[in-house]
Amino acid sequence: MSKMITIYINGKEYKVEPGQTIMQAADTLGYKIPRLCYHPKLSIEGACRVCIVEVEGQRNFVASCAFPVSDGMKIKTNTAELRRARRDIVELIVDNHPMDCHVCERDGNCELQRLASSMGIRARHFAGERKRYDKDLSGDAVIRDPEKCILCGRCVRMCSEIQQVHNLTQSHRGFNTVVTPAYDLPMAESVCTACGQCINVCPTAAFLEKNYTQELFEQLNDPDTIKVAQFAPSVRAAIGEAFGIPAGANMEGQLIAALRKLGFDYVFDTQFAADLTIMEEASEFLERVQSKGKLPMITSCSSAWMKCLEQFYPDLIDNVSTCKSPMSMQGAMTKTYFAQKMGIDPKKICSVAAMCCTAKKYEAARPELMFDGMRGVDIVVTTREIAWMIKSAGIDFVNIKPEQPDHPLGLSSGAGAIFGTTGGVMEAAIRTAYELYTGQTLVDIEVESVRGLKGIKEGSLTMDGQEIRVAVAHGLGNACKLLETVRQDPGRYHFIEIMGCPGGCVGGGGQPYAAINTIPLDDEALKKRAQALYDLDRGKTIRRSHDNPDIQKLYKEFLQHPLSSVSHKYLHTHYKAKLPVGIVPKEAKQIEVKP
Amino acid sequence: MKETKYKLTLCDGTACIQNQSKVLHQALEAELDKHGLRQSVSIHLSGCLGICQKGPVLIVNPGYIMYGRVQVEDIPEIVESHLVRNKAVTRLIITEDHLYNRFFRIFGDVDFFGKQMRICLRNCGVIDPENIDDYLSLRGYEALAKALESMTPEEVIAEVKKSGLRGRGGAGFPTGLKWEFTAKQTADDKYVICNADEGDPGAFMDRSAIEGDPHTVLEGMIIAGYAIGAKKGIIYIRAEYPLAIERLEKAIAAAREHGILGANVLGSDFSFDIEIRLGAGAFVCGEETALIHSIEGHRGMPRPRPPYPSVKGLFGKPTLINNVETWASIPVILLDGGKWFSTVGTETSKGTKVFALAGKVHNTGLVEVPMGTTLREIIYDIGGGIPNGKTFKAVQTGGPSGGCLPAKYLDTQIDYESLAKAGSIMGSGGMIVIDEDSCMVGLAKFFIEFTQDESCGKCTPCREGTKRMYEILTRITEGKGQPGDIEKLERLGEMIKRSSLCGLGQSAPNPVLSTIKNFREEYEEHIHSKKCRAGQCAAMLSYTVNVKCVGCGACKRICPVGAVEGTRKEKHLILQDKCIRCGQCYEVCKFDAITKA
Amino acid sequence: MTELAQDKMAVLHEFIAEAAAKEYAESYLIAVLHKAQELFGYLPRQVMDEVAEALQIPTAHIWGVATFYHYFNLEPIGKHVISVCMGTACYVKGATKILDVLKKELGVQIGQTTEDRLFTLQEARCLGACGIAPVIMIDDKIYGELDAKKTVEVINQIRKAEGDGQK
Repeated sequence: MSKMITIYINGKEYKVEPGQTIMQAADTLGYKIPRLCYHPKLSIEGACRVCIVEVEGQRNFVASCAFPVSDGMKIKTNTAELRRARRDIVELIVDNHPMDCHVCERDGNCELQRLASSMGIRARHFAGERKRYDKDLSGDAVIRDPEKCILCGRCVRMCSEIQQVHNLTQSHRGFNTVVTPAYDLPMAESVCTACGQCINVCPTAAFLEKNYTQELFEQLNDPDTIKVAQFAPSVRAAIGEAFGIPAGANMEGQLIAALRKLGFDYVFDTQFAADLTIMEEASEFLERVQSKGKLPMITSCSSAWMKCLEQFYPDLIDNVSTCKSPMSMQGAMTKTYFAQKMGIDPKKICSVAAMCCTAKKYEAARPELMFDGMRGVDIVVTTREIAWMIKSAGIDFVNIKPEQPDHPLGLSSGAGAIFGTTGGVMEAAIRTAYELYTGQTLVDIEVESVRGLKGIKEGSLTMDGQEIRVAVAHGLGNACKLLETVRQDPGRYHFIEIMGCPGGCVGGGGQPYAAINTIPLDDEALKKRAQALYDLDRGKTIRRSHDNPDIQKLYKEFLQHPLSSVSHKYLHTHYKAKLPVGIVPKEAKQIEVKP
Repeated sequence: MKETKYKLTLCDGTACIQNQSKVLHQALEAELDKHGLRQSVSIHLSGCLGICQKGPVLIVNPGYIMYGRVQVEDIPEIVESHLVRNKAVTRLIITEDHLYNRFFRIFGDVDFFGKQMRICLRNCGVIDPENIDDYLSLRGYEALAKALESMTPEEVIAEVKKSGLRGRGGAGFPTGLKWEFTAKQTADDKYVICNADEGDPGAFMDRSAIEGDPHTVLEGMIIAGYAIGAKKGIIYIRAEYPLAIERLEKAIAAAREHGILGANVLGSDFSFDIEIRLGAGAFVCGEETALIHSIEGHRGMPRPRPPYPSVKGLFGKPTLINNVETWASIPVILLDGGKWFSTVGTETSKGTKVFALAGKVHNTGLVEVPMGTTLREIIYDIGGGIPNGKTFKAVQTGGPSGGCLPAKYLDTQIDYESLAKAGSIMGSGGMIVIDEDSCMVGLAKFFIEFTQDESCGKCTPCREGTKRMYEILTRITEGKGQPGDIEKLERLGEMIKRSSLCGLGQSAPNPVLSTIKNFREEYEEHIHSKKCRAGQCAAMLSYTVNVKCVGCGACKRICPVGAVEGTRKEKHLILQDKCIRCGQCYEVCKFDAITKA
Repeated sequence: MTELAQDKMAVLHEFIAEAAAKEYAESYLIAVLHKAQELFGYLPRQVMDEVAEALQIPTAHIWGVATFYHYFNLEPIGKHVISVCMGTACYVKGATKILDVLKKELGVQIGQTTEDRLFTLQEARCLGACGIAPVIMIDDKIYGELDAKKTVEVINQIRKAEGDGQK
C-alpha cells in the first residue's frame, strides 16, 4: 500500500490514499460533491463544472472529478462563492432546458431535476434563447430528444468507450452542440444497435425507449384478443428497484401477479424459452463440433449484439448460432404450439414481452423472424415501461401476493434463470451440451470461470477427452475485443457467449432508472441483480434445461427433436450484412494474441 | 540601361587601403568582367567606416551584407557565390554583437522602427524568407550548431531559464521551466509543438513572423528537441494562413536538404524532423489541450489539466508546446546569451514582445518593443497617435481574452504583471486602439459574440454563460437594457472566469468585466438613459434634419421606409416613429444637414 | 458518381494511403478532410463515408470533426468564396457595414451561396491583415481598406471577368 497523504477538506484533516481525484477521496470521507457529467465507468469529461471545488493555491475553481489530491492540499467544497457558482452553472443548464418537467417521462427520476432542487434554484436569472430541435422518433427502440440534452456527454462516452458502437457524437459546436448519429441521421438509419445504454446513463430524458404502454393498455382492454405475456429473467431481478425495493430482490411472483392484474390472460416466462434455446443451441453446437462446422459458435440471444453483428462483423455471421432469442422462441411457441393446444386462432393472440432490453423492440419487428405471416411478439415493453404501467394501473406491487406462471410455457429450470446475467447462457449450455455429448450428467454445474463482471471471461471443459474452450463477453466493447481475437485466431475458442449490455441482461437498456443516491449501471447493483438469478437457480430442483418436463413435453408433442424441421421453421433464423457499415476504431481492436 | 542588380561598396579608408583595398577593387573588376557582370553590378568606394580592425570591408547591397577581412583570394568566391548565385559567403560576414542590430542598422532611421527593438522579428524584412542561405548568412542555425557541438541538453535548458523568457502565447509561463518539466519525463517518444494557431481577432504576429522568417521558428524547435530529448516536431498552423504555410513547407524542405532536419542533425547523433498540421477554423485550438486533440484528429475540445502536456500530451507522450514568438526568441538567447536577454525588459518580464497594433491609430502594423515600454510610447511614439483629430478612448490588449484600458492607464508598462494589475492581459499580442467613436458596450458585445461563437461547447459556464452574456449585452445595445443587467453580467462573468474548463472560458468575460470596470457610466447610460455616447448603437440614435438642409430630396429618395417628408427646396423632416435608423440619409446628405444623436 | 468525381476520389485515396502508412494514421483525419474539400469544394457525405472506411474511423467521429471546424463546408459552395473579416480591427473600422453591403449586393445571408453559384458569403475570423482594415478575402486574395463603393466594385470586377470568360 502506498503511503497515505494528508488533505484538508473544509478545514478538517484527513488521511487519504494518493493517486485519486478529489472527488474519489471526498466520496470516501462522507462528502458527496454534487456532480453531473461524471460516471465511474466512463472517461473523465470535466465538462459540466458542477463538481467544482476550491483548492488553495489555484486561481480558479477546479473540477473535483479530474483534479488529483496531493499531500497537504487544502480543499473547500462549500464556500459562499462556490455555492453561488454551482447554483448558477446548474441554472444555466436548466435555462436551456424545456420547462416541461410535469409532462416528462423522467419526472421524478431525473438527475437534473434532483440537482436543481438541491442547488436551491428557485428563480431564473439568466433565461434567454433556448435550443430547439425536433425529436427523433425514427428508431424502433431508442428515441432521441435533443432539447432535453444537457451535453454531459455520458451517452457519447457510453456508446463509444463501453459499447464501441460509436454511433453518437457531439456534432457542431458551442451553443449549437448537439448529440447526433453521423450526418445528423435519424436513429433508424444509423449504426445504433438499440442497446439502450445511452438511456441508462442519460441524466435527463434526452434518450428514451420508444414507448408502447398506450398501445398495450389498448390491447389489454380489447375483449377480442387473447393477451399473453412473457417476461425476461432479469426483469424480475430489477423491477423491484422501480418500486423502491433495494437491488437484488427477485420479484418474479409479484410480477406475475401484477401482469394478471393488468389484464393478461396468460402469463408465461421467457425462462421457459431460455431452456428451449439451450436445447437448440447446445444441439447446434454439438453438431458443429461433430461435423466440423463453423467454429467458434457464437450465441445469438442478445438483439443489440445481433444488429451489431450485421453491421460491424458481417464476416462472422456464419459463426453465429441460427437460434432465435428466447423471447422470439417464446413468441413463436405461443402462437403455434400453445395456440394449437388451446384451439385459439393465433391471429387473435396479442403476444407481449416485458424485457430488460430496448433492442428487443427492434428484434420483435425484424421481418426475418416472422413465421406463417405473423410476428412472434407483437409488443415489447421494457422493465421501466411495465413498472410504470403497474403503477399507473394502481396495482400495489410491493404488497401483492406472489403467483406462479401459467403452463405450458411457464415452467423453467435454473439454467433458464441465469440467462439474465453475463455467462449465464454459456453456463446453461455447458450443463446441457455436456450431457448430450457425453451421455453423463455434469455434476459440478456452477461454472465459476464464466461468472462475474470481468469484461472477457475464458474457461474450458473436457467432454469425452475433447477440450472445449469457451469465452464470454458482455458489453459490445468487450465483445469487439473478443471478436478481434476470433478474427485473428479462429481456432482459439469453440463456443462464445456475447451479451450486448454491460453485465448482460441485468444491465439491459430497459432496466429501471437509478434511484436517488445510486449510479446508473453501478457494478454493485449489477452484481446484486445477478445474484438474485443465481439464487433462483440454486433454489430450483431442476437446474438443467433438458430436465425441464415442459420442454420435454413440447418436443414430444410438437417439435419432435432439437434441430428438427419444425424447430428450424419456428426457432431458427438467419442474419445478413446490413448498412450502414459500422466501424470500430483501430485502438479498440488492439488485442494481445496469446500463442 | 540595364538596372544594376548589386551595388558593392568597398571601404576606401586609410586602414583598408593599407589592407589592400585597391588590389581588391581591381580583382573585383576583373572577376566581374569574367562573369560578364560589369553592367549589372556597380562598385562604389566609401570613406572610412571605422570598423578598421575588420578591414578591408566590402558591403553588398541590397541586403547590407558586410564582408570583412576580405582577401584577394576571396573575390572569385564572393562574385561567383553571392553575385552570380545569390548566395552570401557566410564565413566572411562580419558577425555583429547582437542579432537584433542588423534590423536596426537597416531600418533604424524610420521612426516607426527606430523606437522598436526587434529580436523575434530581427530578420523579417531583412532576409528572403524563402532562401535558407539568407537565413544562414545572418548566423542562422548557428545557435543550433552551438547547442549540438558545445552544450549538453541541461545547459541549453539552463540558458533558457537564465534568460527569464516567458511564454508569449498569453499565459506567460516561464519557458525554461516548461522545458525542464518535459525534459525530466522518461518516455519512448516526446513531441515539440509550435502553436501557430493564432486566432485572436486583431492579431497577426505569428503570421508575419513566420512569413518573414520561418527558419528561426524551426531552429528554436530543433534546439528544444535536443534539449528535451524529442525527435519529432509539429507546427500547428491555421489553414487561413496559406502563405505562411507555404513558406514553412519550403523552409522545412530546405532545412532537410541542408542536413538541419532529419537524421543526424548537422552531423550530430541527434535526429529531429518537423511536420506541419493545419487547423481548420477553431479559435479554441489555441488552447494547448484542444490543440493536441486537433492534431490527433479529434474535435478541438480541451480537457482538464493536470495531467499537463509536459507529462501527457500528444498521443499520450510528454509534449512541449510553445508559440511562434517564443520559438523565435530561442536562437537569440543561445547566441547572445540568456544573461544578455535578461537585461532587456523588466524585473519579471524579460526580452521583447511583439504587438499587432491596429485600430484607430496612424501607424498600424507589427511592433516589437522591450518589455517595460509604456502603452503611451507604443500608441503615440510608434503608432503616431490617433488619426482624424479624434480623442483616445481606450486600448484593448489581449484580444477576446483581454481587457480595455482607458487613458489613465496609458503610462502602464508592458509586462505580464502590470497589464494584469491594470485589468487586462498581455495575451498573445493584439493591441487595438479605440477612439471616441467606439461604443464600449458594443465592443464588449463584439468580443463576447466572438468567444461564444468560438466556444467549443464542452463546459457549461462557457457554452451557456457566454451566450447569456451576449444576450444581455445585445439587449443593452438595443435600448432594452434593464436595471440589474450590469450586475448580472458581473455575476456571470466572475463565475465563468473561475469555473470554466479552459483558458478560453476563463478569460472570455474579461472584455466585458474590464469595460464595466472602466466605462461603467456608458453601460448605465445605455440602460437608464437609452443613450449611446459614441453614436454606435443604432437603436438609440435619432436622425434629425438641421438648418443646413437645402431641400435637395436625396434623403427622401434613399429612405427605404418613407420616413422623410418635405417639399423640394424646403427643409425636410424625418418622422421618428417611422425611422428605422439605418443611417442612409445621413450617408447620402451632401450638406451635412442631418444630425445623428 | 461522375467520372470527374471518380478522378478526384482517386486522388483522395492516394492521399489517404500516404497518411495511412504513417504512425498515428487516424490523426491525419483533418488533413484528409482538407484535401477532400480542396478537391470537391465541400465535404459530400459519400466522401466522408469513404474516408471513414479507408481510415477505419467511425463516421460519427468524422461528422463530429467536420461540424466542429468552421473551415469545412458541408454544403456545396459558390465558385468564389467571399470572407468578410470580422476581426477587431476590421470591426472598429466598419466591417459590419461592408458585410451589409455585400449581403445587399449579393442578395444572400452569411453562409449562403448566390443563385448563380458564383459567390458564397462567409464571415471570417481575423485574417491577420489588420493594417489595411477593413478587409475581405475572395478566394485567396485579400482586398483591403474597403468602403461600400470599393466593395461593390470588387464584386462587379469578378462578375465581369466571369461573364467575359463565358462569352
